[in-house]
Amino acid sequence: MSDKNPDFSLDHNSDHNVIDKTTIQKIAKLARIEIAPEREDTLCGELSTIISWVEQLGECDTAHVEPLASVTGHSLPMRDDVVTSGDDPDAVLSNAPEEASHFFVVPKVVE
Amino acid sequence: MSDILAMTAVAARQALDNKSISAVELTEAYIKAGQDTAENNAYVLTTPDKAIDMAKASDARIAKGDAGLLEGIPIGVKDMFCTKGVETTASSRILKGFVPTYESTVTQNLWQDGAVMLGKINCDEFAMGSANETSAFGAVINPWTASDGPLKGKALTPGGSSGGSAAVMAARSALLAPGTDTGGSIRQPAAFCGLVGLKPTYGRCSRLGIVAFASSLDQAGPITRDVADCALMMTSMASYDKGDSTSIDAPMPDLMAALTKAKNEGVKGMRIGIPDEYTIDGMPEQIVTLWEQGRQWLEDAGATCVPVSLPHTKYALPAYYIIAPAEASSNLARYDGVRYGQRVDGATLDEMYAKTRGAGFGDEVKRRILIGTYVLSAGYYDAYYIKAQKIRRLIQNDFHQVFSGVDALLTPSTPSAAFALGEEDKDPVSMFLNDVFTVPANLAGIPAISVPAGLSSDGLPLGLQLIAPALREDTLIEGAAMLEKAAGFNHVASGAAS
Repeated sequence: MSDKNPDFSLDHNSDHNVIDKTTIQKIAKLARIEIAPEREDTLCGELSTIISWVEQLGECDTAHVEPLASVTGHSLPMRDDVVTSGDDPDAVLSNAPEEASHFFVVPKVVE
Repeated sequence: MSDILAMTAVAARQALDNKSISAVELTEAYIKAGQDTAENNAYVLTTPDKAIDMAKASDARIAKGDAGLLEGIPIGVKDMFCTKGVETTASSRILKGFVPTYESTVTQNLWQDGAVMLGKINCDEFAMGSANETSAFGAVINPWTASDGPLKGKALTPGGSSGGSAAVMAARSALLAPGTDTGGSIRQPAAFCGLVGLKPTYGRCSRLGIVAFASSLDQAGPITRDVADCALMMTSMASYDKGDSTSIDAPMPDLMAALTKAKNEGVKGMRIGIPDEYTIDGMPEQIVTLWEQGRQWLEDAGATCVPVSLPHTKYALPAYYIIAPAEASSNLARYDGVRYGQRVDGATLDEMYAKTRGAGFGDEVKRRILIGTYVLSAGYYDAYYIKAQKIRRLIQNDFHQVFSGVDALLTPSTPSAAFALGEEDKDPVSMFLNDVFTVPANLAGIPAISVPAGLSSDGLPLGLQLIAPALREDTLIEGAAMLEKAAGFNHVASGAAS
């Protein structure tokens, strides 16, 4: 494997998982995704493989590089702060799993 | 019937205009072709009645001499495009039953130009995948089959994420197909299915109404049978749209004129860079040979080919697999069971969210949301996400530098031909490697096209990719027309409708 070419090898996978079960449940909570306990081992392995693989970026010197968030280089276009569409609650609510009196319905959040 | 299905969109437009066929006849032929090739699992929803109504309206406009650019051309729409009144799911369980109340700008442009909708097309769930195997509707089967070798007799992937779109094009059950490309999702399936696929400059096609995956990378583009159809369809799809803050307000070059120019003058004087870093250890010999052949074809047509260096290429794929999941984890936060899509009840709001998303998303989507959440979380944001954004700038700089000396770059489209369904290594990273040649153009926001250039020893299509500077889709069309002419690729998938 020459140094400058894309790395096809997976031998930088370490034996131990960089992402453990506690971390899986922590990020699953942040992401609001229920993860069954029996899926934890598989996910630890898969996510650890991905994270170990992307860590090769560490070898690239980026000390004086500005992060690039947008390729266009434009500033965001501005427009007048006026209503351009809306006032159609039926359309807005037409795909709601549950609605009542032109409101979305969710489980009770205030005790 | 077979004569009808054999026509390209450009040929069909002529046949419609000189009344040798009606839009209704053309549409009926494609509806039947869709039924005859249903085992490919490419259509997730067909809209035959709507198609016939639209075709009748096209015939009326043609009779009045009022035909649009795509008048009467039947197309299949990737399920990532919101279509007003027609269920749109991004091939995800979580969007089952979602019926948009608005139309995506890209499909609106196509309808405005007279195109006819045949239905919605299978894709990887939320366009996350390279084999169309992550779809909630199940995998799509490539109409191409291996004539020889270890893949003979096996069902092959059409690629992904626009796998269904490439499959309907190869099966001749749609005449044009709009796709979306975040890391190669138009070009890789096009290459696997013997088609032309173009990812335009970021901002050429409005993202309004396209289900968002990674917003700084997502671009729509055409999947077509040949380069002329690609030029035609790209012209229709692109537009400046105030509804998309990253839409580019710059006119598209005249792509039909670029086609004519290539026909008349070849690519005389064009300078083509051959990037050193796209040579990969372990790349199949026939890919290397095809790449060399492509270089020769362009030189024979008057181009000068020179070696160039894009030194940060090896970091493109890992940077992409930080940036894309990070953006996805943010974009997909909207699927919460409140405003649209599926809901699984829970005792509390948080429990409802977690259960809804746990049940609604498939494994690949969950993996990417979790990776994205991890790299954006406190303590890791700088180490992963900002680091990847810095690499992204280095990659864009690499392209800026080489484009001061060359007009376009020539590379293979994919590191292999289509592979068997269900047999790819279960390691998620090995699936990512499909995108190794396509991802850099997304990171840099520049246009790239895949052109069918030959068959593997097993009889499967292989593609070559041209990459051009931002806004130079005309250069791509010129170069692609030249490659197409030299390659003389006129093979048809064994599973094509007739």
